Amino acid sequence: MSAPASIPVDPRRDGRRLALLLVATPFVLWILLIVVIPHVDLLLISLHEKVAPRVFSTGIRNYVEFFGEPVYVQALIRTVAMSLLATALTLVIAFPMAYYIAKLARGRGRTALFMACLLPFWVSELVRVFGWMMILRETGLLSNLLIWAGIISGPVEFLYNDVVVMIGLVYTSLLFMVVPLISALDSLDDSLIEAGYDLGGNAGSILREVVVPHAMPGIVAGSIVVFMLTLGNYLTPTLLGGKSSQWFTAQIYTQFITRFNWEVGSAFGFVLLATSSLIVWIGLRLTGQSLSSTLGR
Amino acid sequence: MLRTLPRSPFVDAAYKAYVGLFLIYLAVPLVVVAVFAFNDSLFPALPWKGFTLDWFIGTTEPRIGLLHDRNILRGIGNSVLVALATTAVSILVGTTTAFLFERHDFPFKSFAYLMMLAPLVIPGVILGISILAFSSTVANALDDRFGWEVAALRPGLLLVVLGQFSFIATIATLVIAARLRKFDRALEEAAFDLGATPAAAFLTVTLPYLAPAVIGAGLVAFLISFENFNTTLMLVGSDPPLTITMFDRMKQGSTPVLNAVSLFLMVGSGLIGLISVMVQRDRGEGRAG
Repeated sequence: MSAPASIPVDPRRDGRRLALLLVATPFVLWILLIVVIPHVDLLLISLHEKVAPRVFSTGIRNYVEFFGEPVYVQALIRTVAMSLLATALTLVIAFPMAYYIAKLARGRGRTALFMACLLPFWVSELVRVFGWMMILRETGLLSNLLIWAGIISGPVEFLYNDVVVMIGLVYTSLLFMVVPLISALDSLDDSLIEAGYDLGGNAGSILREVVVPHAMPGIVAGSIVVFMLTLGNYLTPTLLGGKSSQWFTAQIYTQFITRFNWEVGSAFGFVLLATSSLIVWIGLRLTGQSLSSTLGR
Repeated sequence: MLRTLPRSPFVDAAYKAYVGLFLIYLAVPLVVVAVFAFNDSLFPALPWKGFTLDWFIGTTEPRIGLLHDRNILRGIGNSVLVALATTAVSILVGTTTAFLFERHDFPFKSFAYLMMLAPLVIPGVILGISILAFSSTVANALDDRFGWEVAALRPGLLLVVLGQFSFIATIATLVIAARLRKFDRALEEAAFDLGATPAAAFLTVTLPYLAPAVIGAGLVAFLISFENFNTTLMLVGSDPPLTITMFDRMKQGSTPVLNAVSLFLMVGSGLIGLISVMVQRDRGEGRAG
């Protein structure tokens, strides 16, 4: 990270200054113009109260409108709860697979398994959701299969409920959990696990006291990414959940694109951003990790 | 449990079954989509009515194949354009930013590092609306003050590129910085000792070493850009990229041409993904995006 002491200060000092300027400029332009200022602008817009067409005063009425309307608050709570559940499920489902790839599989089998996990995620989320729609809709494969097997008598619609949304969200998120878990588990020395057995531990206690603590940076990195992707997802809940999904990003979309009510939409956006940041922060505090130690490895 | 330790056959079998189920869960939706691209029916659903290539090469209504569907082709064109632009800017900024954090010390460095990571923890939809809001604030200001109407600042491909770049640059930076961190600076020092200028040392020693990470980051950036939906959704104008075009059709319920496009995407992304793995293989560790 730091400049080695071997570089003499004086002759190359101007050169280093110039180099710093050259590599800092694109970064500063990117973060200021495309990330920071747009979000400040969004915050300012969310504080606009419409008085008349193109006339605004400053105030928190848009936020009052959000918190005063139970439908909006419920959608947010629902979205957060579903995202937390999706994150937990993804972790529970991905962990054994990651452990198998990192610690049990070997050689070609290991590479093949890893590629098999990777491959579906190079394909657009849209295509993956489309696959689930083809399987689960009323005229879909599952319904036909069950009729053919004589389990149901007529077509059944499996789409447009919370269970299906959850299946889709977990499916969409798996890789983002598997990869950080594998890289965290890879660095765990096998002899530590063996030592655990030698000391009289069983599978449960070793998992609790050796494996999970070691994998914590990977668990937290995967959980943050999955939580964020799920919370901010629009595609999967909209296509698999339909109108009943009441996903919060869909409310933001409605305010911005359908109603062209950017002031309220911006307030919604900020509520979502504040909620997600708060939850990620709490997660980091509870696990004793930091953003740079998990995401920025 | 380790491969070196004895396990009960029952636990072993149960574990293998779990791995098998996991793989089936991963594969089934994709296999279904691929197979039904060849179904000789007007709907992407059962019953199976025989094999056809119409959804790739069909030319007459309602059996317009992928190769003759104007909107789909235009969507693919827009997506390629956006992905190329996003990739170019992302690897350029990703490379300079990697050097900034790996090679330089400056005040508030750890804060700057957090700001660099921030786009990863901002939901895509919010990155989209903030860029939409800011660019239109600027556009309105220019219009009010000077009477200039700057079309580029209204929803359209430029904004889509900016929106995707805002977080793809973070991913590119992380991939390139990981490789730069392992670079032995003695090699550069040796180049200096042999009389190389800093520019020559960078071009002949440092950059070739970084190349696999830069190419890998570029391929990953291209893939992420091509399939991005959430950020793009908020920024599209009259030239929708492929994901938006397909989304609109999917909601309406379309012909199996959607399956054909999906299969095309699977093959395309699969190839790009494989190349990115092979390019970065010598690193011994990979960050997939």
